[in-house]
Amino acid sequence: MEAILLTIVLSPLIGSALAGLACMRVSRAWAHWVTIIGVGISCALSLYVLKLYALDGQAIYNHPVYTWMVSDGLRFEIGFLIDNLTAMMMAVVTFVSLMVHIYTIGYMHDEEIGYQRFFSYIALFTFSMLMLVMSNNFMQLFFGWEAVGLVSYLLIGFYFKRESAIFANMKAFLVNRVGDFGFVLGIAAVAMYMNSLDYAEVFARAPALKDAQVNILGGVSWSLMSVIGILLFIGAMGKSAQVPLHVWLPDSMEGPTPISALIHAATMVTAGIFMVARMSPLYELSETALSFILVIGATTAFFMGLIGIVQNDIKRVIAYSTLSQLGYMVVALGVSAYAAGVFHLMTHAFFKALLFLAAGSVIVGMHHEQDIRKMGGIRKHMPITYWVSLAGTLALIGFPGFSGFFSKDAIIGAVHHSEIAGSSYAYVMVVLGVFVTALYSFRLLFLVFHGDGPRDGHAREHIHESPWVITLPLILLAIPSVLIGWMTMEPTLFGDFFKQAIHVAPEHDVLAELGHSYHGQWGFILHGMMEWPFVLAMAGLLTAWVVYLLKPEWSERIKNAMLPLYKLLDRKYGFDEFNQIVFAGGSRLIGRLLWIFGDRKLIDGLIINGSAKSVALLAGVARHVQTGYLYHYAIAMILGLLGLLTWFVYF
Amino acid sequence: MMADWPILSTTIWLPIIGGLLVLGSGDKSPNVSRWLALAFAVLTFLVSIPLWTAFDSGTAAMQFEEKAAWIPDWNIFYHLGVDGIAMPLILLTSFITILVIIAGWTVIQKRPSQYMAAFLIMEGVMIGVFASLDAMLFYVFWEAMLIPMFLIIGVWGGPNRVYATIKFFLYTFFGSVFMLIALIYMYTQSGSFEILDFHALKLPLNAQLLIFIAFLLAFAVKVPMWPVHTWLPDAHVEAPTGGSVILAAIMLKIGGYGFLRFSLPIAPDASHALDWLIILLSLIAVVYIGFVALVQADMKKLIAYSSISHMGFVTLGLFIVFRIAANADAPGGAVLGMEGAMAQMVSHGFISAAMFLCVGVVYDRMHSRLIADYGGVVNTMPVFAAFMVFFAMANAGLPGTSGFVGEFMVILAAFRADFWYAFLAATTLIIGAAYTLWMVKRVIFGDVANENVAKLTDLNGREYLVLGLLAAAVLALGLWPQPLIEVMDASITHLVQQISVSKL
Repeated sequence: MEAILLTIVLSPLIGSALAGLACMRVSRAWAHWVTIIGVGISCALSLYVLKLYALDGQAIYNHPVYTWMVSDGLRFEIGFLIDNLTAMMMAVVTFVSLMVHIYTIGYMHDEEIGYQRFFSYIALFTFSMLMLVMSNNFMQLFFGWEAVGLVSYLLIGFYFKRESAIFANMKAFLVNRVGDFGFVLGIAAVAMYMNSLDYAEVFARAPALKDAQVNILGGVSWSLMSVIGILLFIGAMGKSAQVPLHVWLPDSMEGPTPISALIHAATMVTAGIFMVARMSPLYELSETALSFILVIGATTAFFMGLIGIVQNDIKRVIAYSTLSQLGYMVVALGVSAYAAGVFHLMTHAFFKALLFLAAGSVIVGMHHEQDIRKMGGIRKHMPITYWVSLAGTLALIGFPGFSGFFSKDAIIGAVHHSEIAGSSYAYVMVVLGVFVTALYSFRLLFLVFHGDGPRDGHAREHIHESPWVITLPLILLAIPSVLIGWMTMEPTLFGDFFKQAIHVAPEHDVLAELGHSYHGQWGFILHGMMEWPFVLAMAGLLTAWVVYLLKPEWSERIKNAMLPLYKLLDRKYGFDEFNQIVFAGGSRLIGRLLWIFGDRKLIDGLIINGSAKSVALLAGVARHVQTGYLYHYAIAMILGLLGLLTWFVYF
Repeated sequence: MMADWPILSTTIWLPIIGGLLVLGSGDKSPNVSRWLALAFAVLTFLVSIPLWTAFDSGTAAMQFEEKAAWIPDWNIFYHLGVDGIAMPLILLTSFITILVIIAGWTVIQKRPSQYMAAFLIMEGVMIGVFASLDAMLFYVFWEAMLIPMFLIIGVWGGPNRVYATIKFFLYTFFGSVFMLIALIYMYTQSGSFEILDFHALKLPLNAQLLIFIAFLLAFAVKVPMWPVHTWLPDAHVEAPTGGSVILAAIMLKIGGYGFLRFSLPIAPDASHALDWLIILLSLIAVVYIGFVALVQADMKKLIAYSSISHMGFVTLGLFIVFRIAANADAPGGAVLGMEGAMAQMVSHGFISAAMFLCVGVVYDRMHSRLIADYGGVVNTMPVFAAFMVFFAMANAGLPGTSGFVGEFMVILAAFRADFWYAFLAATTLIIGAAYTLWMVKRVIFGDVANENVAKLTDLNGREYLVLGLLAAAVLALGLWPQPLIEVMDASITHLVQQISVSKL
């Protein structure tokens, strides 16, 4: 088993090294073949491992690979924990990664420099992400956590000549570091109170600390588990782009489209979801932390979706959609429906990767045009892209039967049953979010594929369907986007697929409640079609159809009627401006003040050079005494003698 | 046979003799001096390797000891020996010196033999500092260290080198005078200059406090700690690349080493009483200096400030031990903090050296250290850019690089002392990344900024070799720090036990 796992992890790394280290000296074909073979091996073996766990009931594998360090009795290890949750994540990561690798051959075809570099990076990403999900301890989790952040940084800044790209990648890294700041403190808290970094040991020791209190700010007691839970979740807020640490994700669209699909939709951004699900034994011990998660997730789910309606860049619409969908997953975690969150993570990985790659196909077809107002009517020119996009969109809005329907309805149902603080707010947000999702999704679909098409007839002539290396991954992703929900809902949500990996306290078990009324997929679909979310989704679809296809002139009128709202959304609620002025500007100001007044004026000016000057001054005074004239010395001696005499006589 | 061979003396005197030979070779044929210097540097490194391979990591006792009478009337001995704290630093010194010699190969055209000689002599003297077990011998090496560094900056430095050298000299000299007084006081109390005798010396709190402060003045300047740090940016800016590397990679470590060898074991009660001060200054170093680094326009200054900020982790890791011991909730952690401090010292030796060398690489081509003069270097120097981004990430403490190890350990340990220590220390994750990556963005990325950048040529073989070796070291330590932690574990554990017993 260990040999299999090591092969899964190392083959993408070796591929990355072979493609990357020799960088410009290797041919393009070599670069994509070594990485595809590496990731392909990894994917095949991951599917094999998934089969072992899902079908053959393999026992949990939990073993160290090597000891990184032992200090003060605390063991830091590198090791693997494989259970159903990990096996599922491995399969999703390597499969989507493999699709993206193949797709990239077509997408990056015209790229003159950086082709090899790109393949090297995405293979390295696959390695890092696998290390993250396969970890059996907190330190390696953080390793993977930061390593995927690094690759994300490198890939967002892939077009390093573009100012906006290198700004976006720095922003992404720094915002993620804000999350990591909380994450590290959370790990430190775990290491202190559980005296271990190993998952199994920590989870075993946690229940005993359920009622432990800690003092952080004079006198006020906090529940230890809440502190740990919230600190760790701050890390997830960075990586999974939850409000207010979401600001980096839309900007990350500066990176090439394949990585938007792989990193910024399907895998890396879901690391936070995975982490919380993995830590379910800890989170179950703190309702405060769960409520915090719930409210953050619900806010992200609805308000980020709204922004998606006003975006005009094809990739940014999908990016805001990703934010919103991540919010749904986080909501699921908040109501202890971890399995539903992870289930949505999986369905989303397929249909969102599909949507991004389809968008990339459109972008290539449109000669790197990304503004959806300049598109339209390309359904006829790019039929495959159109049909897979439609499948992805239907999955995204949760159309009954498509994969997203099962996962999203499960989340909404779970929130409905939850009694945790904040669940009624969350319920309203996620239900309204369904309308918003349908609206922006079909707005995108209609504007891009339907209608009259670009006014520029010349451009239209050159639009053509993408080559097979692009369409093949699209089709391969469309299949699970449609079917995976139907196929896997029962065991993941209501069965015992995640039983050993995810721990839910009986009083929080909303999925079990949901399961009472579950009678097969057909029942679930029929039931779903009688509920509000379905009505709202159809309403959203209809609204998009009316406003963007039937009466296009209305969209401008609606915009003008609701101008303040439009402006608020267009400026993304002002998060960017706020951060730019307060945090970026504030830090520079503090730095400059400390430097000029602290270092230069006070320490150097006053103390250091000041003491040098005072020495010089004293020396200057003393110099005047030593004139070299004999009579000056004589008089000094006489005065001295007089002084001494006076002393002796009078005292 | 191995045990009889005076390895420590050899590692000290071999480079010094080599330095004198190089000096004697003159500047008529620079290549002779260069190869001679390299030969001695490599030889010294090879000689120092047995210190590690033959080291017994099971004991905290001094190893490879050598003792000979030096000034018998005053009980001063030529006494050398290393434990798990000194040994890694000696290896670091002999490793970095090789890189410095190679890095200065053709760059230094002015008096190359003297330049090479200065670094070799510097190496011997610094190893002497780490290996001395006699306080007088330590002091002699300590002060001797100033001379080559003074010359390196003063002769091969930048335009404002005179101010920088004087500032450097006075600052450090000011500190060490008080240390001398403390050493002499302890001699009067114990009748010996043996450092290990000082450890055993029972001193009242008042005496401990005065001794602690005297040492603090010496070591705080070297580390450097806020607010006696302002000599460092000036010295770095004026120093030639090699000087900066030695300064950042080794000399700063001598301050941290001083705390471990003198302050903590000799004055444990005073250390305990004044630990709040050191913790406070360390946190100021991490946060305040981080912000200052953010606004620097000069790359070398930025890295210098970054050094100070990173060294804050060293002093923090060393002095949180008492708070951790006092915290009933914490399951140990004092050793973790101290080992973190040591790991941070070694790691900073690699990373700061690499960062200064990276600046040196572009400075040699462009003769500017100003960030504003650069932009888009990746277009013309892709290999260099890869190295620079890698070392920048290491500087920002990315896991998998050595920069992560020490910071992570110290944050974990600081959390056990007080939540807020860890909170403030962890801000380096954000600030450290901000100043490093912002510099990378402005220097490395972007479109070619001007003609000078367009004319840049990528790394030559020597530069590739030097940066490649450092990258390997940074990765090795980051992926598997256990060998390093293992050799120091017994000594650090012993030290923690030692200081947890009051001398009063």
